[in-house]
Amino acid sequence: MLLGYTITQWLFGILSFLSIMFGLMVVFSRNPVNSVLYLVLTFFCIAGHYLLLNAQFLAVVHIVVYAGAIMVLFLFVIMLMDLNHDNEPQKTWLTKIIAGIAGGMLLCVLVGSLKGSEQLGISQYGSSQIGMVKNLGKVLFSEFLFPFEIASILLLAALVGSIMIGKKEIK
Amino acid sequence: MLTFIIYKLIICVAVFGLSLAVAAYSTLWERKLSALLQDRVGPDRAGPFGLLQPLADGGKMFFKEEIIPNVSNKFLFILGPSLVMLTALMTGAVIPWAKDAYVGGTLYSMQITDINIGILYLFGVVSVGVYGIMIGGWASNNKYALLGSMRASSQMISYEIAMGIAVIALIITSGGTLSLREIVEQQDAGLANIVWQPLGFIIFFVCALAETNRAPFDLPECEAELVGGYHTEYSSMKLGLFLFAEYINMFISSAVMAAFYFGGYNFPFAQELYDAMGLADGSKWIAIIGFAAYFTKIFLFISVFMWIRWTLPRFRYDQLMNLGWRILLPLSLLNLGITVVVEYFRGHITF
Repeated sequence: MLLGYTITQWLFGILSFLSIMFGLMVVFSRNPVNSVLYLVLTFFCIAGHYLLLNAQFLAVVHIVVYAGAIMVLFLFVIMLMDLNHDNEPQKTWLTKIIAGIAGGMLLCVLVGSLKGSEQLGISQYGSSQIGMVKNLGKVLFSEFLFPFEIASILLLAALVGSIMIGKKEIK
Repeated sequence: MLTFIIYKLIICVAVFGLSLAVAAYSTLWERKLSALLQDRVGPDRAGPFGLLQPLADGGKMFFKEEIIPNVSNKFLFILGPSLVMLTALMTGAVIPWAKDAYVGGTLYSMQITDINIGILYLFGVVSVGVYGIMIGGWASNNKYALLGSMRASSQMISYEIAMGIAVIALIITSGGTLSLREIVEQQDAGLANIVWQPLGFIIFFVCALAETNRAPFDLPECEAELVGGYHTEYSSMKLGLFLFAEYINMFISSAVMAAFYFGGYNFPFAQELYDAMGLADGSKWIAIIGFAAYFTKIFLFISVFMWIRWTLPRFRYDQLMNLGWRILLPLSLLNLGITVVVEYFRGHITF
């Protein structure tokens, strides 16, 4: 107990502050490479949140997949494109206004969905151990087998599609 | 509580010191072994048999002039080698070094932490390690360095996949656990995993060579094409950190291979030996003998890494990618399929 809050609450507060700060830095930093690096830091903070929720598996897989693979490819492309100099094209006012309205509408939807969330009960898998590898695996491969397999087919389709687009000429 | 903190501190510092000491003396052993393979004498001036050579090398690194290119991003330039070193040292945390032992009446585990996602932790740390090389190479503001770091990252991502699938097969063999300690312990009584996973071990070994950027996969620092690769612009101890981290990675991947496939601190007829010596479970001597056995295995692996470096020429880049995607990945999938069938008949998998 420190200033009336438990350690978990302190950790939650610090992690939330950091993730929002890094998230803002992603948008505001001028250099695209810095943006990507801030995004990686944001992912680490979110992994920290998963750990606080006792979801170790999700936390580590989040780091391996997002920070370790996807963001490396992002960084790869951005480094090769050499966007060092501020040569990004200027957007017109019309684009900016439309983007502002679209973003604002998304914000409204998010706030609206958050407002209803307090009435939802905590999940039926009330045990705090659901995030452990064994429990998660059991639930995924028994009760949620169908959605799990559907998701894997979706991923496969995306994979095949990206290879098709990436190929220079289709024989 | 206080004893717990002191014990954790001691074991953290011990693993840290061990990693650094082994890495330092690996540099000497590498030079001695290469001398042996090329019929030379090798370093023998600093101390008896050249034993003080690593200290001399380290001292030299510290006193060299430090140059930071003034067009580069200074913060990221310094962050690169630091990150490489940090992730290299973090991997030692989940490796079980020896059996539990009683010290002063309390049972202590000879491992920094036994998390139940140990293997995933290793993969996470290794996959973050590539950022150090990428950031360092980019912040150098040098084309050769950038090309080197691009090669490093694409190589690591490509080989991680085959490595991951080989490890999945290993997890199935060792009864579905992700904890390194349990993997080592289930090889205690029975056969080592290498008996059930020969193909998996070969895949893992090749991928480990590629992940540590050792020859014949050292394209990121290919001198013939890229000057010095990702560390072209680095000097002084920052260069030292890059080179040193490679040796720590080599040490840790040897330790992981020994734990995964060769039983870690177990060895054949270990229980018979302990019984003959009259040692009870939890004795200090069991821990020490097990540690010595583990270290012998690690030493052999490190020597094989070096032997390969001084024997094989470097791959070409397209050969490297072909090997990773067209040979190792299908092989690891095949291995996974075979493992599932074999384990079904061994009764480890039920439907």
